[in-house]
Amino acid sequence: MTALNIALVGNPNCGKTALFNLLTGSRQKVANYAGATVERKEGWFTTPAGRTVRLLDLPGAYSLNATSPDEAVTRDVCAGTYRGEAAPDLLVCVADATNLRLHLRFVLEMRALGRPAVLALNMIDAAQRGGMEIDLPRLQAEIGMPVVPTVGIRRDGARSLLAQLDGAPPPVPVPLPAGTDLHAMVRQILSDCVTQSTPLSDRVEERLDRWVLHPVWGPVILIVLLFFMFQAVFAWAQPLMDGIDAGMGWLGQQVGQLLPDGVLRSLIVDGVIAGAGSVVTFLPQILILFAWILALEESGYLPRAAFLLDRLMSFAGLSGRSFIPLLSSFACAVPGVMATRTIQNPRDRLVTILIAPLMTCSARLPVYTLLIGAFIPHRNIAGLVNLQGLVLFGLYALGIVSAVVVARVLRWRNPDRQEATLLMELPAYRLPNPRDLALGLWERARIFLMRVGTTIVSLTVLLWGLSSFPAPPPGAPGPAIDWSLAGRIGHLMLPIFAPLGFNWQICVALIPGLAAREVAVGALATVYSLGSGTDTDQAAIQLGQMLPTHWSLATALSLLAWYVYAPQCVATLAVIRRETASWRVVALAAGYLFALAYVAAFLTYHIARMF
Amino acid sequence: MRLSDLPRGTDAVIDSVDDHGSTDPVAQRLRELGFVPGEAVRIVATAPLGGDPLAVRIGFTRFALRRTEAARVNVHTAGVQA
Repeated sequence: MTALNIALVGNPNCGKTALFNLLTGSRQKVANYAGATVERKEGWFTTPAGRTVRLLDLPGAYSLNATSPDEAVTRDVCAGTYRGEAAPDLLVCVADATNLRLHLRFVLEMRALGRPAVLALNMIDAAQRGGMEIDLPRLQAEIGMPVVPTVGIRRDGARSLLAQLDGAPPPVPVPLPAGTDLHAMVRQILSDCVTQSTPLSDRVEERLDRWVLHPVWGPVILIVLLFFMFQAVFAWAQPLMDGIDAGMGWLGQQVGQLLPDGVLRSLIVDGVIAGAGSVVTFLPQILILFAWILALEESGYLPRAAFLLDRLMSFAGLSGRSFIPLLSSFACAVPGVMATRTIQNPRDRLVTILIAPLMTCSARLPVYTLLIGAFIPHRNIAGLVNLQGLVLFGLYALGIVSAVVVARVLRWRNPDRQEATLLMELPAYRLPNPRDLALGLWERARIFLMRVGTTIVSLTVLLWGLSSFPAPPPGAPGPAIDWSLAGRIGHLMLPIFAPLGFNWQICVALIPGLAAREVAVGALATVYSLGSGTDTDQAAIQLGQMLPTHWSLATALSLLAWYVYAPQCVATLAVIRRETASWRVVALAAGYLFALAYVAAFLTYHIARMF
Repeated sequence: MRLSDLPRGTDAVIDSVDDHGSTDPVAQRLRELGFVPGEAVRIVATAPLGGDPLAVRIGFTRFALRRTEAARVNVHTAGVQA
C-alpha cells in the first residue's frame, strides 16, 4: 500500500505543531518549499494498523484568502495546485477547542475545498477544564466531517485521530450552498453544540494580561525577562564556549602531533579544525538564545512583547516583531537573522535581516577593546564618565542610529503599496512543552551546523589557503602572511584603503578577519610578527602597547568606524543566504555595509586629522 | 463610534467594518478574524508611548491592532452591560 498523504491545516496557535511533533516524533524533515522561503515541515509515522503516513505540517493560516507567503503556500497545497507538492489525500483540520469562534470559520473554508477532511478538536482537555462542554456527535453532523478530540501535549493525545486514520476514509464533505455566511454558521454551530459554564472573565489571559500589557508594568516585566535572557547568553554560555574553544585547541594539537609538519597539517589544523571550531564555539550562545526565544514564543509572550514595542520599532518603520531578532544580534547576527522567522511580513523581515549586522555583535568587542585601550586616554570627563567607556557607548549607539536610518531609507526606496499593519493575534498563554522545545532547538542546531556550518568551514579553508600560499622562500624576512596571496591582495587593496588611513598591515589583517571579526586581532599580531597567533591574549596585550607607535589616532578611529559597519563576517552572509535563499540579498547587504563602512571611515579619518 | 475611540475597558458591539478603497485587505482580514456586526469587543490594553497599538478582545481571542486599523471598525456601546 502506498503512503497516505496527510496535511495538517489550521489557524496559527491551534497547537498544530505540537500535534505534528506528537505524531512524528523525531522523524521530521525541515526544508523550504520550492521557490519560496517558507519553511516546509514533513514527517513520517505508522498507524497502529500499519499504514504508513506522510504528514505535512502546513503553515498556520487564518484564511484561504492569503495575505502572506505562508498563507499562500497553505492555500495552494490544500488546493493541490502547488508545483512539486502532491495534493493531500486527507486534510486534518486542527482547531483549538478553546477558540472555536475563530478557528471553525477556517475549518468551514477547508470543507468547501471538496477534499476528504477530518476535524481534530485540539486542546480538548483545556476546554473541559475551562468549563466548556462540546456535543461531539452534533458538532460532527453540523460541521460535515468526522470530529476527533486530540491533546497535542499528552502522550496518548492522538489516539482517536489514529483510530480515525485506520478506519474507512472519510467521504468528501457536502459543499455548502454558495454565499453561505461562514460567521453566522459558526455562531449557529457554537450555540447548538457548546455550553460554557464558567464566565469568560475568569480566564488566565484576563488576569495575566492586566500585568503583562500594562503601560508601566508591562515594560518592566519585559526588561527583567530580557535582562535574564542576556545574562544567560553572555554569562552562562561563556564557560561552555571557553570549554569548546579549549577542546578544539586540544584537538588541533593532538592531530598536529600525529601529522608530519607541512601543508597537510596546516590545512587540517589551521584550516579545517580552526574553521569548525569557530562554528561550534558559537553553538552554546545560539542554543541558549534560541531556547529563550522558543520558550517566549511557545508561552504566547512573544507577540505581547511585540505589542509593547511596536511604537518604538515604528520609528524605524518596522513592527514590534522585529525587536527580538535585532536584540539577539547584539550577541551575534547569526541567531538574530535566524530569529527573523517570527516576522510574518516579508518586507519587514527583509529589512530586519539587512539591518541586523549593524547591531554591535560580541565578536566586535575584542577589536573595539584593543583599539580603544591603545588609543583613547583613560580619562574622566566632568568627573563622571570615562572617555573610553564613552567611545565604546558611542560605537554601539552609532550602529543603532545607522540601523534606524538604513531601515527608513529601505522603506522609502521601496514604498509599500499597502499601509504598515500590525493586526496580530495575542494567543492564549501556554506552558511551553519540553518535547516541542527540544525538537525546535534540535532543528535550529541542525540548520546552523549543517547549512551555515558547511559554508563557514569551506570559506575558512579558502581563507586559510589564501593566507598560506605561496609559502615564503626559506630564510625570507618578514611574516609569512606577507608572502602569501592574502598578503599580495592586501598590498593590492592598499590604494583603495589608503584614503581611509589604513596601512598595508591593516589591509592584510582584514582578509583573515573575514572568517570572524575577532580573528582580525590575531591576524594583526601575525602581520606585526608578534609570535604565534595561538596565544591571542598575550599577543593582544603586546599589540596594544605597540600600535600607538605605528598608527596615528586618526587611523585607529577610522578603523573603529570601519568596524561599526564592515560586512566582515562570512557567517552572517552565509546565514542571510540560507534564510532568504537569495544571493541578491547577500550582495545587497554586503554592498551597502561596505559602502557605509568606507564612507564612515573616510570621514572619520579626515575629520580626525584636522585636529 | 470608531473602535479606536472606544475607552479602555468599555464593552461595545460591532456595527460594521469600513473598507479603505475598493479592495482593502486589512478590512477583509479584520472580517475574517471575526470583526463582524453583532460581535462584542472590548479594548483590554493600550501600549506604552502614546497608546498605540491597542489590544482588543473579541470573543475568546485577543488581537493587537494599530489605531489606523481599529479606525475601520464602527462600534456602539448603548445597551451593553459590562
